[in-house]
Amino acid sequence: MGEKVFMQGNAAMAESAIRADCKFFFGYPITPSSEVPEYYARAAKERPEENIVFVQGETEVAVFNMIAGTAATGKRVMTATSGPGFSLGQEAMSFMSAAGLPAVVVEVMRSGPADGEILAAQGDYFQAVKGGGHGDYRVLVLAPYSIQEMCELMQECFDLAEKYRNPVILLTDSLLAKMREAVELPGRKTSRVDQRDWTLTGCAGREHHVLTTCGDGAAQWEAFNLNLQEKYAKIKANEVRWQSYQVEDADIVLVAYGSMARVAEGAMKMAREEGLKVGLIRPISLWPFPEKAFQGLAGKKFLVTELSAGQMVEDVKLSVDRKEDVRFFGRLGGVVPSPKDILAEIRKLEVK
Amino acid sequence: MKTIYKRPESFTDAVTSYCGGCGHGIVNKLMAELLDEMGLREKTILVWPIGCSVYADKYFKADAICALHGRAPALATGIKRSLPDRFVLVYQGDGDMVSEGMSEIMHAAVRGENFSVVFINNAIYGMTGGQMAPTTLWGQTTSTSPYGREKSSSGYPVNMAEIMAQMPGVCYSERVTVNSPQRIAATKKALKKAFSYQFEEKGLSFVEVLSPCPTGWSQKPVKALEWLEQKMIPIFPLGVFKDMKEGEGK
Repeated sequence: MGEKVFMQGNAAMAESAIRADCKFFFGYPITPSSEVPEYYARAAKERPEENIVFVQGETEVAVFNMIAGTAATGKRVMTATSGPGFSLGQEAMSFMSAAGLPAVVVEVMRSGPADGEILAAQGDYFQAVKGGGHGDYRVLVLAPYSIQEMCELMQECFDLAEKYRNPVILLTDSLLAKMREAVELPGRKTSRVDQRDWTLTGCAGREHHVLTTCGDGAAQWEAFNLNLQEKYAKIKANEVRWQSYQVEDADIVLVAYGSMARVAEGAMKMAREEGLKVGLIRPISLWPFPEKAFQGLAGKKFLVTELSAGQMVEDVKLSVDRKEDVRFFGRLGGVVPSPKDILAEIRKLEVK
Repeated sequence: MKTIYKRPESFTDAVTSYCGGCGHGIVNKLMAELLDEMGLREKTILVWPIGCSVYADKYFKADAICALHGRAPALATGIKRSLPDRFVLVYQGDGDMVSEGMSEIMHAAVRGENFSVVFINNAIYGMTGGQMAPTTLWGQTTSTSPYGREKSSSGYPVNMAEIMAQMPGVCYSERVTVNSPQRIAATKKALKKAFSYQFEEKGLSFVEVLSPCPTGWSQKPVKALEWLEQKMIPIFPLGVFKDMKEGEGK
């Protein structure tokens, strides 16, 4: 058993990343993610034996290129940001995806669009899951719903990034990142992937390595793209994660991720106490989306709840047999509904 | 038979995509010679920009990465912080550095990043077809200043070597050119100094090279060398603007 501590989400993510041997952090302050760079900045000074490197970049544009640079040398590296900063990083997300750079990005969603509010929201789902940058690329997206799971997925992000040579996003929000919970911090982990056949370290004793995302004619560049698509197909086949709760006998299945899944879980319990047959599907990997979770559920009604105007609901509709069975309930602007609010929506849907 | 000249070991046998009379090829060759002479090739990571040198990774037998437009100094920061004992060399043109990437180069200088930067100033966007750059001269016609660059709408040419010399994080800043054999030799000397300073960990070392672009300037190669001499050098004077080791420049 590891140590149990009472810790804030952002700090817990930072500590878990350090324990996953991520010794390089480049960041730019932005609420509600700033405690991650702050944690790294302290650790870099206070734990000299760990050789932690922290750099505060001038913009997120620069920061996302800095993590690309360190990832190119084969070291574990990450940044943490929120919506506006993540938007600035999209050019480099596209670059890292094409160049095969295994950097990890924590995205703590706040309420947009534009400057918006610093309160909890899930309106960056499209940007994270569908690719906010240019070109045909995909990025793995994991969405924890507790600080415990945040710590575990934080560490897993680095393994996945190296396994597929692809950027990975840990997608969370203001509510989870700022909340404090009792958590058992995960242990020390290091990379199990030998990256020496492609990383940039100086070519002593080997052929030189080149990383470029510049195409060389349509045929070459289509082949390059098809290679990427082949990788994405593998990820889709192997890395789907979700949890289903009491789905088998349910008439109504709630679908929610991240902090909203906690609210939905509460609503499900209240509904069950009333005798309503309600279940919950909680996607953990948002890309690849857990389409399999919806197999064999024909005839049930689905209520998707998000802190957005309805984004993940589109993926749910693509995953079910009849999209007419899918309903949506969301709040915007940083408003978080209570389990009672969702229960009221469930009652509206209740099978007569 | 005695070999009196050969291709630098650090070069591949690829044919470059540079136009006739372009300065990039000259500077690339000087860099390759220095990687050989200074024994740097096996500890080098080259960071290439977007611009006419976008395919330069094919010309060098050294580890290399091609950055996003303007972002080379940020990418190089991530590389050098990870591998402080390697030789990291950033290569950028004027559109890449002074326009798209002004923030990245300035803040690399603010932080005093310990890598070397070669800046090719040809007063124009070469790769994209001869558009106006921040370094374009007043009156110079380009495809986006078809009647010449005007101060009233496009402001002033940017003197990077002088700006970099003002930055405390920069240890060396010199402007050179490659329009005559003597000046090519002087360019090699400047590059050698900039490269060697990286191992003394004094901060960012910077060499600006005024470089002819006959294609972009719509001039014959020999005429381009004269234009560089007569038009560019008065606006972009040659010289050492900062040398922390040998006392301040002019």
